[in-house]
Amino acid sequence: MSMPVSNLPARTAPVRSMRRQKVWGHLLSAVTLLLAFIMFFPILWMAITSFKTEQMAIQFPPRIFFTPTLENWRTALVGSPFLEFMWNTVIITFFSIVLALLLGLPTAYAMAFYPTKRTDSTLLWMMGTRMLPPAGVIVPLYVIFLQLKLLDTHLGLILLYAAASFPLVVWMLRSFMLEVPYEIIEAARLDGANLWQEFSKVILPLLIPGLAATSLLAIIFTWNEFFLAVNLTSRDASPLSVYVSTFKAAQGNLFIAKMCAAATAAVIPVLIAGWLSQRQLVTGLTMGAIK
Amino acid sequence: MAASAAQVQKTTPRKERGQYRKFLSAPGILFLVILTQVPFVAAIYYSFTNWNLLRPDSRGLLPTDDLFRNFGRILTNQDFYTVLLNTVILTVSIVVITFLLGLGFALLLNRPFPGRSLARTLLISPFLVMPVAAAVLWKNVLLDPSFGISAYILSLFGVKNLYLIEEFPMASVIAVVSWQWIPFVMLILLAGLQSLPDSTIEAARIDGASGFSMFTSIILPHLRRFIEIALLLETIFILNEFGIIFVLTTGGPGIQTTNLPYQIFLEAFSRQNVGRASAYGLFAIVLANILVTIFLRVIRNQNRSEVAA
Repeated sequence: MSMPVSNLPARTAPVRSMRRQKVWGHLLSAVTLLLAFIMFFPILWMAITSFKTEQMAIQFPPRIFFTPTLENWRTALVGSPFLEFMWNTVIITFFSIVLALLLGLPTAYAMAFYPTKRTDSTLLWMMGTRMLPPAGVIVPLYVIFLQLKLLDTHLGLILLYAAASFPLVVWMLRSFMLEVPYEIIEAARLDGANLWQEFSKVILPLLIPGLAATSLLAIIFTWNEFFLAVNLTSRDASPLSVYVSTFKAAQGNLFIAKMCAAATAAVIPVLIAGWLSQRQLVTGLTMGAIK
Repeated sequence: MAASAAQVQKTTPRKERGQYRKFLSAPGILFLVILTQVPFVAAIYYSFTNWNLLRPDSRGLLPTDDLFRNFGRILTNQDFYTVLLNTVILTVSIVVITFLLGLGFALLLNRPFPGRSLARTLLISPFLVMPVAAAVLWKNVLLDPSFGISAYILSLFGVKNLYLIEEFPMASVIAVVSWQWIPFVMLILLAGLQSLPDSTIEAARIDGASGFSMFTSIILPHLRRFIEIALLLETIFILNEFGIIFVLTTGGPGIQTTNLPYQIFLEAFSRQNVGRASAYGLFAIVLANILVTIFLRVIRNQNRSEVAA
């Protein structure tokens, strides 16, 4: 970590000014932590509410101290269709990322090691496709899915989400591959390694951290997707986001506290994925524009 | 086949081998072309039809003298301009709010202090929350008029039973979306601040730059490209905002909070109007394309200036 810049002139300044700066520093740190807590508070409040009884959840003024109950979690997870939707999300997320990786690894390999004149513009085009409004093509997608019998199927969403993750996967994996020292690859080739050996024995092992980071980022975007899911599924293949959106009005036996339990459970996997991939988050979010 | 390729490799230079290996990118690119371009071409076609899902016989193209009927209907409908204005208000307000607060947080985080990584982790969390879950949380728990946190805070000022979402629908949408996107701007600007060499700041300090002039003459110019990237990307994504509106206000009351994607959703799935919804979709695509082009140009210029430097 670098030297705190703000303290530099203090070294030559009189002691009193140094002390004043220290007090300022502590104050600023406290303010930062307080603001960070305020930003996080809604999520914390959701989690807290999920451990209250229904009566307590709607008490006014809101209670902070109480005896927690796990009853809501049991009802929300087991006594509702939550797990069915969760299963859909897991299946769709998992296979869409596997597909994006299977297609993305060879693409990234070719673009990293055998670039052509068009590689740069292809990369930019890919980046562009990711930013196109899904709303612009939702109607044709619906019609095409209707004709191909892909409406309300896992496969339909897997294909679309794989296409959405693909540019991200290629962009990230290509930049990770460019960091593999070329001498290692050259040495493997001199030893007679074929394409598959070169890829599986030399590049892949070095790529594991990059693959993990890329997958985590893809999980974040896929897990939370709502627009395509709500328009192209009705029940059987609907992911969690569609289920959670039905809480906009009070649902069946789900009330405030149970709603909070279900929403917390839906949010936790991505929170963890995001916390784990903090360092790659910026690169992934800006499609490699910022490293 | 693999074996023969390996034999060739030993004797031929890198470039010649690449003649075959560069095609490894073909399956992936083909996949992406099919999944993104086919629906796009279909959208153009449908926008010239009168197709309504409720009337399956209406699938054909519009008569040639009235080919642009869908576009004409949209452009002569007052709702279109309301929706467009809503989209602009929503996007601009969110971009301004998230920029100011995101920059503030980035500056606060750009100094070492105990608990910094905790603060950072807490601050990025709203961005990770599933947008529909965030909307459900704000609507049913935090902003509830009788037991929500907002009710508690308002009661301290003597205000009772004020349902903020009903009273200020647009502001509520803006607030919730901003809450989610402040971390996005913060992360990118923080990356920008951290890429500013300490020596530059020190040199400016020795030259007598004070806090504010340091900020305007050194930090802001350095941050320019990061600000451009953050705000353009944010704009592109926020133009697509749907889930939060769907849960929080369902575009209402009336069409007060209906943006372009929500309008397309309504045309397509309540009115079942394939032709009109496709035409609406093309407006959204054109709008996004303009912004994406600007974005790509910004990035390309940056890469060029980086090479130059």
